[in-house]
Amino acid sequence: MKFFEKIANIDSRIIYLLLFIVVLIPVAFKLVLPVRVSEPVQAAYDSIEKLPEGSVILFSVDYDASSAPEIQPMLLATLRHAFSKKHKVLLLGQWALGLPFGEIGLNEIAPQFDAKYGMDYVNLGYRPGYRAQMVGMGREIRDFFASDYKGTPVDSIPLMQGIHNYNDIDLLVGLEAGQAGDEWIQFAGARYGLNIIIGATGVIAPDMFHYLQAKQIKGLMGGLQGAAEYETLVKHSGTGIAGMVAQSYAHLLLLGFILIGNVGYFVIRRRKQA
Amino acid sequence: MKKLFMVLTLACLMSPARALEPPADVKAVDTPNDEGSSITVSWGRSPQDQGDATVFKGYQVLRAENANGPFAEVGFVICGKSDFRDNVESHKNYYYQVRAIAFSDSSQAIAAGPATATAQWFDSSRGNVLILTIIICFLIIWYIERAKKGEELFIRKIQGLDAIDEAVGRSTELGKPIMFSFGLGEIKDIVTVAALAILRQVAVRCAQHGTELLVPNWDPLVMAAAQETVQQAYSEPGRPDLYKEGNVSFLTSDQFGYAAGVDGMMLRQKPGAVFFMGYFYAEALLMSETGHSIGAIQIAGTTAITQLPFFIASCDYTLIGEEMLAASCYLKRDPQLLGSLKGEDFIKAFLIIGFALMAVWGTAGYILNNAGNPWMMDIFQAVKNWFITG
Amino acid sequence: MKKEIPLAITFITGLIIIVTFFIPHQPLGTMQQRLLLWYSIVLGFTMLLGMDSLLRSNIRKIAKRSPGWPFALVLIIGFLGTLIVGIYTWATSESLLSLGSSFMYVYTYFIIPLQATMFSLLAFFIASAAYRAFRARTMEATLLLITAAIVMLGRVPIGAEIWDKFPLIQDWIMEVPQMAAKRGIVIGVALGTIAMSLRVILGLERTYLT
Repeated sequence: MKFFEKIANIDSRIIYLLLFIVVLIPVAFKLVLPVRVSEPVQAAYDSIEKLPEGSVILFSVDYDASSAPEIQPMLLATLRHAFSKKHKVLLLGQWALGLPFGEIGLNEIAPQFDAKYGMDYVNLGYRPGYRAQMVGMGREIRDFFASDYKGTPVDSIPLMQGIHNYNDIDLLVGLEAGQAGDEWIQFAGARYGLNIIIGATGVIAPDMFHYLQAKQIKGLMGGLQGAAEYETLVKHSGTGIAGMVAQSYAHLLLLGFILIGNVGYFVIRRRKQA
Repeated sequence: MKKLFMVLTLACLMSPARALEPPADVKAVDTPNDEGSSITVSWGRSPQDQGDATVFKGYQVLRAENANGPFAEVGFVICGKSDFRDNVESHKNYYYQVRAIAFSDSSQAIAAGPATATAQWFDSSRGNVLILTIIICFLIIWYIERAKKGEELFIRKIQGLDAIDEAVGRSTELGKPIMFSFGLGEIKDIVTVAALAILRQVAVRCAQHGTELLVPNWDPLVMAAAQETVQQAYSEPGRPDLYKEGNVSFLTSDQFGYAAGVDGMMLRQKPGAVFFMGYFYAEALLMSETGHSIGAIQIAGTTAITQLPFFIASCDYTLIGEEMLAASCYLKRDPQLLGSLKGEDFIKAFLIIGFALMAVWGTAGYILNNAGNPWMMDIFQAVKNWFITG
Repeated sequence: MKKEIPLAITFITGLIIIVTFFIPHQPLGTMQQRLLLWYSIVLGFTMLLGMDSLLRSNIRKIAKRSPGWPFALVLIIGFLGTLIVGIYTWATSESLLSLGSSFMYVYTYFIIPLQATMFSLLAFFIASAAYRAFRARTMEATLLLITAAIVMLGRVPIGAEIWDKFPLIQDWIMEVPQMAAKRGIVIGVALGTIAMSLRVILGLERTYLT
């Protein structure tokens, strides 16, 4: 009886320890599993793939350090895809402390495709008050971003010539860890008809499915799995694919615990009834 | 055979290259439903524009204030697109030209205009929203008026709200403080306003029992509102002396910094009851699991759907979505407030019936449409399209 | 008058926001945007209010040697240290967040690991909460348990290795029953929000007024 009571009430610390070990081993030994691409991620990929060369893609970095492990691989994979297709990249961020991740991403990917700052990509930076900004950019980007993140006037940047509002942007890639994704869809998508794909944390992603079903967004990458699927599509393995084995084992462990807990629960209940 | 080949080659070499065909049917019109700041230029795509950017670049849009020019470029639209919205001054005539551009060639420019940007007084694309807003507001106000006349209104039990007294009572018995968190809600979020009503109730009970109330905040504006709410609630049972301003304080505006701060307070001060009321993100479970680990009775309420499963798993009671928004009506039992709930219920019943009817109609329409009879499907599509905001 | 004036302001502002949603003509068309900007400006100033509260309550803790006062000391040191580095970077670098600046050092070696650690704790807490919550006590709980197991297996590559139908069933669960339940709650929340907003605008709901 005691044994079953124990397995029905395992100390949380044991669960934490085993979970830590299960996550650590695949990461340390770089184990890999094949990744199946789901429809929402394929749709996100196709949205960039089908754009004609030279299209303008706006990346919105709306996350910070806490959710970067999940979303940064999405940024890297989508940037890789955009630059490989010779699209033009504009990047801005709605989270002040997340913007460095955008800059890190651009610095990592752009040189691999000989993309030049000011010609092929621009980092517009962060401005406070994102709702007003999202609405106002439908009229003129310069009203909010008169200069890029270094303070260079936008009018002196060659890429920005002729880019004034959402008319001049072909796709928005919203990388979201909070509410900004809903706001992009509501203001830039519904009001100005901007095409949007979303990459969101595993917690936020289920909230995005109804936008996907209503065709208010063109594609969706959810959590580390979404990042891994996009990495598979662009044929470049990154931390998304690397994290999949750890996530797989963690899910299995959790299922194991749930099963054990239920066995203990049932045995105790049956004995009590008897 | 050789001769034929040579003739064909010569014919190909001698015939002029097929000239780039211009866009057809260029139109410039005032952009509808705007503040009079733009003109929309549209055109039919050039036959050579197959959406392939390696062959066909796009369209150059030029603008002039006179029909004879001079025309200056105002925009370039990539291939595959057939419209452009130009920001202009209102009440001024503008003329446009659109030219197709390929890599080695450009077409003749096709002119359009004059067009003038004017502001509209009503956004016709939002007519559907206006009609629904009027209907919903009318029904809610109607039921509020009926309630004012003294009609008896029933409200079901909401366990999470009934448990407030139990939670405060238990904490008092154990001599432990009570903690209240608004999560990451801002003061403009309606759920935060609803949470303030619950905070008021909790604070009144705390003042009655002489129990300490801790309210760590993520948003300074919410903190200011919470300070005033708690201060006033403490004076209701005549215990303003118990109010300590430092107990309703600001922690940080960083999500996980806030979670760490709240967790730290929980582990150090071991509250007997914890209330999570407002809008939450990923910090929800970090805080509620810590609360569970110290054995606190926990009551949560949020409209953040993704966080509801976490609260349900780790809290004793959870107010789901609209229950949270009905809290002030439930706690006050004011007939006018309850009337608005009745109106809400009526609209919900109407929507449920509407959804069910449309589902049946749509399914039948789909079947009939496949059999070659599209009338039901057409009506279904018309209703669906009406609901899509422009 | 102490209550009437705020109620009148609430009523007029609420009405303006509703009306301007349908009127694009100036000056009403950009009214909502302008009010949002005002809100951002007010919010910026209230951060001073927050800082005042934070510093005062923690300095009080240190002065009184309240339980856990060393934590308050760490907070004050962290606050002032970050502020000084921020001001120094602002004065000497082209951007506060340029890679290689002093503030980025604080960001990279303090803020990133701290935030990432807090977020990663979620995995552990989800594990313990799921273990506790997923008990097949009733028929409904059993259904929830089975659904959760399928979704958990379908979301990761090993699920497809075990049975290739797991991801497909998972997709269906996420897109159909999950969405249906969520939409039901969303519609309820939306109606509740409209009713609550109306109560606030009409002055029936006054709990936010003190």
